[in-house]
Amino acid sequence: MARLTAGVGCSHVPAIGVAMDTGITDQPYWQPVFDGFKFSREWMKENKPDVVFLVYNDHCTVFSAECIPTFALGCAAEFPPADEGWGPRPVPVIKGHQKLASHIAQSVILDEFDLTIMNKMEVDHGLTVPMSVMFGEVEKDDEWPCLVVPLCVNVVQYPPPTGNRCYQLGKAIRRAIDSYPEDLNVMIFGTGGMSHQLQSERAGLINSEWDQQFLDMMTKDPVAASKISHLEYLRETGSEGIEMVMWLVMRGALDDDVTEVHRHYHVPASNTAVGHIILENNSNKDE
Amino acid sequence: MSKEYEDIPGTYVFDADRSREGYHLNMFCISLRLAENRQKMKDDPEAYLATFAMSEAQKQAVVDRDWNGLLALGGNIYYTSKLAAFDGITFQDLAAMMTGTSREEYRDMMLKGGRTIDGNRYKSEWEKQ
Repeated sequence: MARLTAGVGCSHVPAIGVAMDTGITDQPYWQPVFDGFKFSREWMKENKPDVVFLVYNDHCTVFSAECIPTFALGCAAEFPPADEGWGPRPVPVIKGHQKLASHIAQSVILDEFDLTIMNKMEVDHGLTVPMSVMFGEVEKDDEWPCLVVPLCVNVVQYPPPTGNRCYQLGKAIRRAIDSYPEDLNVMIFGTGGMSHQLQSERAGLINSEWDQQFLDMMTKDPVAASKISHLEYLRETGSEGIEMVMWLVMRGALDDDVTEVHRHYHVPASNTAVGHIILENNSNKDE
Repeated sequence: MSKEYEDIPGTYVFDADRSREGYHLNMFCISLRLAENRQKMKDDPEAYLATFAMSEAQKQAVVDRDWNGLLALGGNIYYTSKLAAFDGITFQDLAAMMTGTSREEYRDMMLKGGRTIDGNRYKSEWEKQ
């Protein structure tokens, strides 16, 4: 059977991708950002997922104002990196796990979460930056070390799905993965955040204390995190900090009891607080 | 519908009302993702803008590059940043412009940990200043 072994929370700041693509990660500005992922890259090599279920958002790149699905599941065979206005990122095409994605779609929809099915979809930095920071540089003509099932969440037009809805969806995704017959090591990534505001006169807002509390809750009290209101995200973490609801999909899919094996927090990357956490399922350890 | 978030200072929450008002403006901005449209915008901005059903105020805000004005008229930052990218402006420099500070001051603020949350939660806190 498929096993969900671990969850990763991770910011997806576009400038991090640019820093990797232009080879400036050793510069003093970027070094502390990337130092925090050294452990993670080793950990990924040791724990080798077959599939990553990757929760992210599109930044008005692939989905225009014409169509704004709350939850869109990527069921295609591949997901090319999108041109966000300066050419696609020079990273490999993302390969999907179509059978697992179809299984999750069927299971989760019957579990009363009404997903949009995407049989053709490009992906922007929201998906490719977490892949890059966790796996390191991969040449465009090479292959990513694992397959991906993307879940694209609307966090651009207010309101995004509530934290609790995301948390409950995570639980439904877990039930789907647990019932998939093939022996697969599956991980789940929740991406975005942490505190940041990109717009208007309050741009540049960072709330480190709040972010650290959120990371604590990810490990020890996810139910409390699932109850954080949209108003609190907007006020306390900036208008774009509300992306953090996507971490709750990841956390909902994990066991209630997890082990935090790594945490990294740094300000700034461009306009944003970078947060990162790795949580291992305790049930997986017992076996 | 009550909008409790309207008391957050210096912030336009891109809700369904703003999305409706800004639809054509945002569709213009996202069109600049494609090189052929960027070329049209370079060659004849007036003619290119005329192909979108924007209000006169929205068109004028585009011409003026009134970055906060675009948000007030229903623009969303992820869309308007594509217009900024068309001008060769980075996201961080765009943020500096919207806050009315120089790029150096803004970058320095971010390096020192960003804009603090204290004093920046409620409009009433800004009005006192």
